Amino acid sequence: MHYEAPIREPLIIGDKSYHDISVEVARPVETKAPRIWWVVFSLAFLLFLWGIGCILYTIGTGIGTWGLNKTVGWAWDITNFVWWVGIGHAGTLISAILLLFRQKWRMSINRSAEAMTIFSVIQAALFPGIHMGRLWLGWWVFPFPNQFGSLWVNFNSPLLWDVFAISTYFTVSLVFWYVGLIPDFAMIRDRAINPVQKHIYKILSFGWGGRAKHWQRFEELSLVLAGLATPLVLSVHTIVSFDFATSVIPGWHTTIFPPYFVAGAIFSGFAMVQTLLLIVRKVYKMEHYITIQHIEMMNIIIMLTGSIVGIAYITELFMAWYSGVEYEQYAFLNRATGPYWWAYWSMMTCNVFSPQFMWFKKLRTSLVFTFIISIVVNIGMWFERFVIIVTSLHRDYLPSSWSMFSPTFVDIGIFLGTIGFFFVLFLLYTRTFPVIAQAELKTILKSSGENFKKHHTEEDHGEH
Amino acid sequence: MASTEKHPIIKALYDDDDVVLSAVKKVREKGFHVKEVFSPFPIHGLDKAMGLAPTRISIAGFLYGVTGLTTAIIVTYYMMIVDWPQNIGGKPNLYWGLNMPAFVPIMFEMTVFFTAHLMVWTFFMKNKLYPGAKPQNYDPRVTDDKFLMEVELTGDKDDLMSLLKDSGAIEISEA
Repeated sequence: MHYEAPIREPLIIGDKSYHDISVEVARPVETKAPRIWWVVFSLAFLLFLWGIGCILYTIGTGIGTWGLNKTVGWAWDITNFVWWVGIGHAGTLISAILLLFRQKWRMSINRSAEAMTIFSVIQAALFPGIHMGRLWLGWWVFPFPNQFGSLWVNFNSPLLWDVFAISTYFTVSLVFWYVGLIPDFAMIRDRAINPVQKHIYKILSFGWGGRAKHWQRFEELSLVLAGLATPLVLSVHTIVSFDFATSVIPGWHTTIFPPYFVAGAIFSGFAMVQTLLLIVRKVYKMEHYITIQHIEMMNIIIMLTGSIVGIAYITELFMAWYSGVEYEQYAFLNRATGPYWWAYWSMMTCNVFSPQFMWFKKLRTSLVFTFIISIVVNIGMWFERFVIIVTSLHRDYLPSSWSMFSPTFVDIGIFLGTIGFFFVLFLLYTRTFPVIAQAELKTILKSSGENFKKHHTEEDHGEH
Repeated sequence: MASTEKHPIIKALYDDDDVVLSAVKKVREKGFHVKEVFSPFPIHGLDKAMGLAPTRISIAGFLYGVTGLTTAIIVTYYMMIVDWPQNIGGKPNLYWGLNMPAFVPIMFEMTVFFTAHLMVWTFFMKNKLYPGAKPQNYDPRVTDDKFLMEVELTGDKDDLMSLLKDSGAIEISEA
């Protein structure tokens, strides 16, 4: 059995047995939803409906319902797209990269983080779809033989790379998540008393029985999928940043974009994981599995990636000045001091300044403070994308074309709608799926569980 | 591998992963064949202790990756260079080799796509897992906190029974 130093804090608190883990993970699925769940779900559902209304209005009437104009042709839709894709990145980072680094603290948070990934990529994928205008021709982005003399898609275009990257990312994350879910669905199936519930989980669990050979393949598959998902997740935001970096717009045409976007994505994703898990652990009484230590670890990653993002902002300013290109210099001067100065400085405050509080142990282990920072960070990261996109466009080469962007109620409605949709999916998930990867968690109970660790320490004292 | 001859199966239930692992080793040392172990989570070293061959799923994965990469090369070559070469942004699509850097993202994504999906399909098919399949564990406790070992009864029955009892089994039954 794997030995863990007594100096490491336990990852599972309390006197738990394997059976306790099953019971506590299955509890939200087996019990009735608390009232607060219904309240939040109704609110999210209303927002979702409002979003659908705005989307239908956009499709029926046209993109003219948005606040776009001739100068600012990309605004909230692409901002929201990049924001949601970025949020998704933390889930893969936790489940894949932390698996490769054998970080055991990932185990009680990876399931929900991956769920967040999948649900946020769904939100992200909505925006380019709607922005096409004719959503029903969306399949034109794939290389199908067609009647236009076989006009193929353009494989040289970053926008097409994006299509491939996002589709691969979404589907691979989905199967990775689902393979991990199968043993846990089987656990719920075998506990279920209600025949309808038993039948549903029988379908979902694919007949899993926990045979030794199957576990052997399962572990190998998880490792290989993690190995594939790691470069995949880094490639996705890299390719998203290519949408901007390969253009010749001052403020976008920057080689620093790929790492800068990836760091920002992980930064905002971890913040969203914090927002969601702080609620999940409280409402579903998962404090013994998602401990203060887990929260603290994530806060440290937020601090680290926030600082990387800060360095990227400063590097961008330096490069603008050092390049000697006056258009580039103006783009950045305009960002910081032009009419959108408030967006720029909101971004700076939320993303660079606020995570620095996490240097203090007292603050990074405070749940209330973490929750506030997690929301502040996501606001900041939304502003980052808005700043990059809108401030680079709104003053173009011809001063007579200079304009401002102001969102219409449709822009705002669709954005709020995706937030609603995201929470609808996430809330349904917490009631029907095992929110903790219990099979995986059981493997570390003996090495990282509090009662077992205490037991080992006492044994050691006896021997010496 | 086991002989083709059918032997009766003795089932022993355990409540601890370390105990079942040592039981597997003991039973095999005495020359019995461990047919199957059902467990709620992967147990480290169990496959080796049972004498299972290493899984070949990663080899399959590599071949799927090569297939994906080849597909991406063929697709980009045929569509961009052969079928309808276009001059996009002053960059003509005349030679695949010269345009290859622009196809790297597609080549990478398709490699990952093929590897991941085909591996998962292989995993499901080899394990006979599909929506609605009959649960493969007849004892529902093995997805919770119990471990079930199936041993083929080849020698003396009393020997095996006492061996299983000594190994820490909490329940022993005949199939």
